[in-house]
Amino acid sequence: MSDPITRPGVAAPRDGADPTGTGERPASATERGIGRLGDRKKARLDELARASADKGGVSLVRDAFRRLRRNPVAMFGAAIVAVFILVAIFAPLLAPHDPAQRFDELTKNLTVDSIPGASSGFPLGSDPLGRDFLSRLIYGSRQTLFVGVLATLIGLALGVLIGAVAGAFGGWIDNILMRFTDVMLALPALLLAISLVAMASKSSQWTVILAVAIVNVPIFARLLRGSMLAQRESDHVLAARALGVKQRSIVLRHMLPNAMTAVIVQATLTLSTAILEAASLSFLGLGDPDINRAEWGLMLGVDGVRYFEVRPELAYYPALAIIVVALGFTLLGEGMREAIDPKNRR
Amino acid sequence: MLRVIVRRLLQLVVTLIALSALIFIWLRNLPGGPVDALLGERATPETRALLTKALGYDQPILVQYAKFMQRVLTGDFGNSIRTGEPVTEVIGRAFPATIELALAAMIIAIGLGVPLGYLAARYRGRLLDNLSIAGTLLGISIPIFFLGYLLKDVFTQNIHWFPPSGRLSTGLDNTNVTGFFVLDGLLTREFDATADALWHLILPAFTLATIPLAVIVRMTRASVLDVLNEDYVRTAEAKGLRHKTIRGRHILRNALLPVVTIIGLQTGALLSGAVLTEKVYNWGGLGTLITDSISGGRDYPVLQALILLAALVFVVVNLLVDLSYAVIDPRVRVR
Repeated sequence: MSDPITRPGVAAPRDGADPTGTGERPASATERGIGRLGDRKKARLDELARASADKGGVSLVRDAFRRLRRNPVAMFGAAIVAVFILVAIFAPLLAPHDPAQRFDELTKNLTVDSIPGASSGFPLGSDPLGRDFLSRLIYGSRQTLFVGVLATLIGLALGVLIGAVAGAFGGWIDNILMRFTDVMLALPALLLAISLVAMASKSSQWTVILAVAIVNVPIFARLLRGSMLAQRESDHVLAARALGVKQRSIVLRHMLPNAMTAVIVQATLTLSTAILEAASLSFLGLGDPDINRAEWGLMLGVDGVRYFEVRPELAYYPALAIIVVALGFTLLGEGMREAIDPKNRR
Repeated sequence: MLRVIVRRLLQLVVTLIALSALIFIWLRNLPGGPVDALLGERATPETRALLTKALGYDQPILVQYAKFMQRVLTGDFGNSIRTGEPVTEVIGRAFPATIELALAAMIIAIGLGVPLGYLAARYRGRLLDNLSIAGTLLGISIPIFFLGYLLKDVFTQNIHWFPPSGRLSTGLDNTNVTGFFVLDGLLTREFDATADALWHLILPAFTLATIPLAVIVRMTRASVLDVLNEDYVRTAEAKGLRHKTIRGRHILRNALLPVVTIIGLQTGALLSGAVLTEKVYNWGGLGTLITDSISGGRDYPVLQALILLAALVFVVVNLLVDLSYAVIDPRVRVR
């Protein structure tokens, strides 16, 4: 609430400091009995009304988007994300080789203590199995994006379902669902993921995705429920109710869309943690066991640390890729949060 | 106040019971459950049935759970499948190592994080602020096990400042009293053991501190920025109070409340991070125990107890944090 109109304490000193105003107070102002301060406020109100009238009712989302575009840090994050997605889409065109193919040129020099570095045709050298490391890095963007996005989407969908039901109905349903999320939140994220993967008898790509997704369910649920509750008390919902709009469409068309912004922002931030968590699970030996699959978390968490003393580049490049992409999603997500609610700007 | 504590304690108990029930039911209904873990996959159906009966898994799940809770209340969590020792003993041995590591990490995170966050807010937009923002962003984006290997590589391979792994140098003859090696050294006046333990502690603690440090810096900075604009700070400045007084009694005291909340929530990150950090530095605490209990065949009794313990620690720490509000901000006491 930084609007000067609602904070006379801010507006007043500025008026007092005005050197020209004192002697030339218009007589009409005193006649109307509002005083100089009131006049100025009124003028300001008119000005604001004109300004917003010109815009012709800009929606919250469009307004936020405009602010987002002007935030260079957020745009930097968006650029990273865009490049990441483009690399993932065009991986077959960008990668010089098949990521799963072993090359004789590479395997002939390959021992446990020595993994060949850059050579002609293989700019980043070999991985521990004699495959082209650069191609694997490029293809890795696909799997990393796949794991991150899917884990986030599943978590989002389940969380939104729980949160929306809790927020819409309230009462004992809300109570039960929230106690349930409390129980899940009582476990540290990675430990919950570890237990989930550990409880499946064999780990696979899907156990990783599901574990990371479920970790995020209570976070999304809590967040959505919170903003749904806030919506429930708001004027536009009251207005809809007064107009006799059905409960179902109040929830689906009035409350949910307005409450979703916070959740979408959180989802952007979650993409970054999901990629990091998947990497951690790989490092703990709970990752995807498929050795042909190229995924940054796997490359870093398994081969990267195993051969760290032999050839640290095997860890450096996937780590760098993960850091940059995680940073991109974080910057974009925080930019979005700021844009939706400028109060959050730091 | 007392009523609040009692209510929170009751909530805590309910949460833990619900969690234990969930884990219990879960563990017994998934493929590769305890029977498979004990017998391996090639056991005949007869032996399988025999063991299922011997372990009491043929009884209704509610009966099993009731029996389990009965034993838990007497402090019996069963025996480890891997080593055959009582679970409480296995965990008790690993517990001090993790607590020592976590405390050291938290001391680093708070000790560096709060002043750094304060300075960043004070000199907003200047070099220090920008550096700290960049640093915190990097801190939350880096996989901490990778950072662990990086630090280990630099400080133990290239320049030999710190030992690469473990909690004590081999061959050091120390007396084990509490299992907290730093404390043991002080208690028994074997100061060389304390120094050695600290020396081993530094790198893992810094690795583990990364994420809490980044979060605390950001929170402190944001919170101090809020407070700096408050009228009472301007008033304090206008009436000519000394900067030290304003900083301590007006700014920090008011800015710390959200920071304390965040510190409580970081316990979770700390427990998660400990699993990764301990694997990097071969630390031998609860994190190592979790990894071993999973990779060396699923050791369900140990896992079950560890998960419950982690939840207990997390919930209790956050309860303490909530209670500490009353100390920091007397306004909370009124409610």
